[in-house]
Amino acid sequence: MNTNTKSGEAGSRARAMVLAAGRGLALAVVSLPLSVLGFCLSLVSMALIPIGVGALTTPYVVRGVRLWADRRRALAEKWGGVRIPSAYRPLPETANPWKRTYALLRDPATWRDLRWLQVDMTAGFVSALLPAVLFLYPLEGFAVAGGLWRVLADGGTYWYGFVPVTGQPSALGAAATAVVLLAAAYRLTPRLLLAHFRLTRAVLAPGRTELAERVRVLTETRRDAVDTSAAELRRIERDLHDGAQARLVAMGMDLGTVEMLVDKNPEKAKELLAQARRSSAEALSELRDLVRGIHPPVLAERGLGDAVRALALRLPVTTEVNVELGGGRLQAPVESAAYFAVSEMLTNAVKHSGADRIWVDLHHEADRLRISVTDNGGGGAVAGAGSGLAGVERRLGTFDGVLAVSSPAGGPTMVTMEIPCVLS
Amino acid sequence: MRVVLAEDLFLLRDGLVRLLEAYDFEIAAAVESGPELERALTELEPDVAVVDVRLPPTHTDEGLQCALRARGRRPGLPVLVLSQHVEQLYARELLADGTGGIGYLLKDRVFDAEQFVDAVRRVAAGGTAMDPQVIQQLLARRSGDGRGPVDRLTPREREVMELMAQGRSNAAIAGKLVVTERAVAKHTANIFVKLGLEVSDDDNRRVLAVLAYLDRDR
Repeated sequence: MNTNTKSGEAGSRARAMVLAAGRGLALAVVSLPLSVLGFCLSLVSMALIPIGVGALTTPYVVRGVRLWADRRRALAEKWGGVRIPSAYRPLPETANPWKRTYALLRDPATWRDLRWLQVDMTAGFVSALLPAVLFLYPLEGFAVAGGLWRVLADGGTYWYGFVPVTGQPSALGAAATAVVLLAAAYRLTPRLLLAHFRLTRAVLAPGRTELAERVRVLTETRRDAVDTSAAELRRIERDLHDGAQARLVAMGMDLGTVEMLVDKNPEKAKELLAQARRSSAEALSELRDLVRGIHPPVLAERGLGDAVRALALRLPVTTEVNVELGGGRLQAPVESAAYFAVSEMLTNAVKHSGADRIWVDLHHEADRLRISVTDNGGGGAVAGAGSGLAGVERRLGTFDGVLAVSSPAGGPTMVTMEIPCVLS
Repeated sequence: MRVVLAEDLFLLRDGLVRLLEAYDFEIAAAVESGPELERALTELEPDVAVVDVRLPPTHTDEGLQCALRARGRRPGLPVLVLSQHVEQLYARELLADGTGGIGYLLKDRVFDAEQFVDAVRRVAAGGTAMDPQVIQQLLARRSGDGRGPVDRLTPREREVMELMAQGRSNAAIAGKLVVTERAVAKHTANIFVKLGLEVSDDDNRRVLAVLAYLDRDR
């Protein structure tokens, strides 16, 4: 065998051992206080909910805990290659702290985080510290053999593991033990750190019921999406069949008649020609409307920002559009869904709110598209069954998007939509 | 008059070439993509450009962007933009520099060859040719609250204003509405008073003033 490879392999394993020990130590030192802090704050905050203070603080505390858990998820993937899925429900975008707190407490992920904090500050701490101990303890053994026993034993007995160190010979025994331990560390340290990450995953990963719930939601939104697009195709087919197609047929017939009449009755032929031209213009305008309903031209040409601006220009109500999309384009299906959602919101606002001013805000940040449509009208809009908002909500659901409505009687109405997506 | 033509659909390009040649225009170049148009506009220095909004290679608004860039290099370069649809957003971008020599029409308008050629000539002469659809959208918006000055116009005055906003001269409006030119002049004077616009003899400035008025509060 090639000795070079062997020594290279040994070198990289030794590096892996030192690295795992260092990372384990860092994890243990940082995670213990933070997990204890997170757990205590959560307990205190939830205990204070009945007197109201907790409703204000809980969303922040839960958010902090989630950030910490997400950080640990990232570390587990980076250092151990262990992927821990996260299944937090999106935070409700409502100004009411009670509703937010309630939604958070209903999310099983919140309770799983609390369980994880307890495990992390005990078993997690130990399992992270173990690789470091396994690497550092043999080093102490060598130091003891090297002369440190004189200080530590100081006339009495110093126990290094199971070896009572009283003099140089027994100190050498400690060194022998240390060699064995180091050999063990050489093999075990990276695996121990991996075990820590696996433990984290066992507690922090969403359970089967949640995955089942996720599958249910996906199945439902997929069915909605398929239904919607099938209905859309039927509508397009019908529009083409009854509109443009019929007009073109009529035009063909008129032209046929013209061909026959052109010598015998030029006057009548001219009349029919004019009619054919009108038919063609009408067919074109019908096709144009149809295209606008499928994929608006400005959306295709310029993207969501300008498409919404163009939409605003056609409204009878003064509409201010504010776009911050960083110059990028969204994926086509998301762009289209977002456009039609905004279009529906604006139509609603114009028809029902009695507003004389509308503000649209498009904003992309941290892989989320956030759209808010605000009007200064009478308010009283409700999301839910029967309203146009429900349809929009279903459509957004296909992209895991959410919709929130704030519309107190007397106004103003603010509809916020959020869709996870990336810019290209 | 030398024309540069940009249209990616062969049938339409061919038809436009024949149409324009029939009306004694000289086709300096008939191109089918954005980069070719860019080159033709800088090298051939045409008297007027007829440009489709959507052109290869991007198939987005390449033609419009090319036209705007060319006008940036050569202010007032007459450009007639054709499109399958008309949007106020694009109309505003084209009119933004306020120099005239701009047209923005639906492709369907070529059905009426006379009117289309008239629009090309008007644009080439530094005037404007806005599609009636753009004007109607603007008017529909302005009168949305039912109290705007546009609503104080009589139906006839509205007709006159629509034609004026498209860029037509008093003579053309008179011909179209079958009235005398003096009647049209009287109507336009009334319109200017009701809309609070400055009276101007220059056809192009007159159009821009109307459009600027319709477009305010935006």
